[in-house]
Amino acid sequence: MEAIEFTTPKTIDEAVQAMASKGDRARALAGGTDLLVQLRGGRRSADLVVDLKEVPELNEISYRPGSGLTIGAATPCYRLYANADVAANYPGLVDSASLIGSIQIQGRASFGGNLCNSAPSADAIPPMIALGAVANIVGPSGSRQVPVEDFCTGPGRNVLEPGELLVSINIPAPAANSGANYLRFIPRNEMDIAVAGVGSAVVLDASGQNFVSARIALASVAPTPVFSKAAGDSLAGKAVSDEAIEEAARLAMEDAKPITDMRGTIRQRIHLVGVLTRRTLNNAIKRARGEE
Amino acid sequence: MPGLVHVSTTINGNPTDFLCEPRQSLLEVLRDVLGMTGTKEGCNDGNCGACTVVFDGRIVTSCLVLGVEAQDKEITTIEGVATPEGLHPVQQAFLENAALQCGICTPGFIVATKALLDREPDADEGRIRHWLAGNLCRCTGYDKIVRAVLDAEDKMKA
Ligand SMILES: Cc1cc2nc3c(=O)[nH]c(=O)nc-3n(C[C@H](O)[C@H](O)[C@H](O)COP(=O)(O)OP(=O)(O)OC[C@H]3O[C@@H](n4cnc5c(N)ncnc54)[C@H](O)[C@@H]3O)c2cc1C
Ligand code: FES
Ligand code: FES
Repeated sequence: MEAIEFTTPKTIDEAVQAMASKGDRARALAGGTDLLVQLRGGRRSADLVVDLKEVPELNEISYRPGSGLTIGAATPCYRLYANADVAANYPGLVDSASLIGSIQIQGRASFGGNLCNSAPSADAIPPMIALGAVANIVGPSGSRQVPVEDFCTGPGRNVLEPGELLVSINIPAPAANSGANYLRFIPRNEMDIAVAGVGSAVVLDASGQNFVSARIALASVAPTPVFSKAAGDSLAGKAVSDEAIEEAARLAMEDAKPITDMRGTIRQRIHLVGVLTRRTLNNAIKRARGEE
Repeated sequence: MPGLVHVSTTINGNPTDFLCEPRQSLLEVLRDVLGMTGTKEGCNDGNCGACTVVFDGRIVTSCLVLGVEAQDKEITTIEGVATPEGLHPVQQAFLENAALQCGICTPGFIVATKALLDREPDADEGRIRHWLAGNLCRCTGYDKIVRAVLDAEDKMKA
């Protein structure tokens, strides 16, 4: 790794100033599980690494039944699944937090880093999109909010301007009779990059027999995570049935625009999107009905 | 060129000070600056777990932590697992079950296993395999390692 300078700001203002002082030569550090690999491999370079883990707002998880969940951008995965509010209200996020990397990686890797790294295969992003998450961004010229589905612009690229930081991610409180699930396909049981992944979230009516609304997002099938709006919208107002789920799966497959690479072919990936959309919808429905 | 940074930390219960460059990983600091070579380097990119240490209560891959991040932290390495009275039951179980061949993965497996059993003394085989999925071994085929962990559970209860 090339020589770097390192700073540990204690407030958001200090962090923004540190980032601004070096423009695009500054990189934020959360868990470092992407950044340190990239700096060492020469895929990214930086003069200044700004460690965000001592800024309180970036390091807390807070849940209020009315307003929902705020995940500080630098909080590691294990703190999500260890948090009772998250475990009770957002099992779809726990699905991701507990399959990213290994136990060691989960001790460091954050959802904020996963989002800012903006890999098409990022496992934390589809469930965040499915749950309607919003990114809170701060920079030299103030703060702004961006829906997570609009955050990534290409492989490793996103809406952050030089000097901007992701502070936190907001996820609305779960509606009554709602559920979510994330699944990915990998050739082994652990520690691999998704060949394809799907996150689904559903809201059912009080009878549990009809969809009120649904959101579906896909991993590893395009240059960015994909929000398949058509697939989710197709379910709104329909009775829960295999036919409705099949139609949503078909629409999700239409939104998948994958490439063939060493991990999978176009055909396999599109097929997987269909399978995983059906499975995650069925799992989300079970959770919405309180069956799991 | 950025200079050396002074870091104060606690390693295996001992207050420890060192100087390092900001780009150096905790793994490099342990091995090259502090001469604590029990922690091994396999891949240097987070995949193999040979460099596993306990960092503020969680196992992490020390190749993906910067040395400067150790400021004010509590770190346990393989050197902190045995006591003056003897080997830790996890170490004893690895020996008795021949859960190692070349041994390069062993410190990482032992640190990770101890962290699991300290928290979940009754972890079943599925849980053990899941917990240790971030530790790679090219020699044993894993079965002897899993048997050693199950044996260590019995030893720790005895
Ligand atoms: C062995 C291994 C296995 C892995 N397995 C998986 C997996 O299964 N699924 C998966 O999705 N990923 C996986 N990853 C990749 C990585 O762990 C995740 O993407 C992780 O969530 C990144 O989070 P981090 O906190 O470590 O980010 P960092 O590495 O700290 O940061 C990632 C990027 O985002 C920027 N950044 C971080 N935080 C902010 C912020 N608040 N504001 C602005 N920019 C910021 C950094 O500058 C950097 O460019 C794996 C990595 C390794 C090494
Ligand atoms: S050397 Fe750190 S995980 Fe392989
Ligand atoms: S004993 Fe050789 S790698 Fe595990």
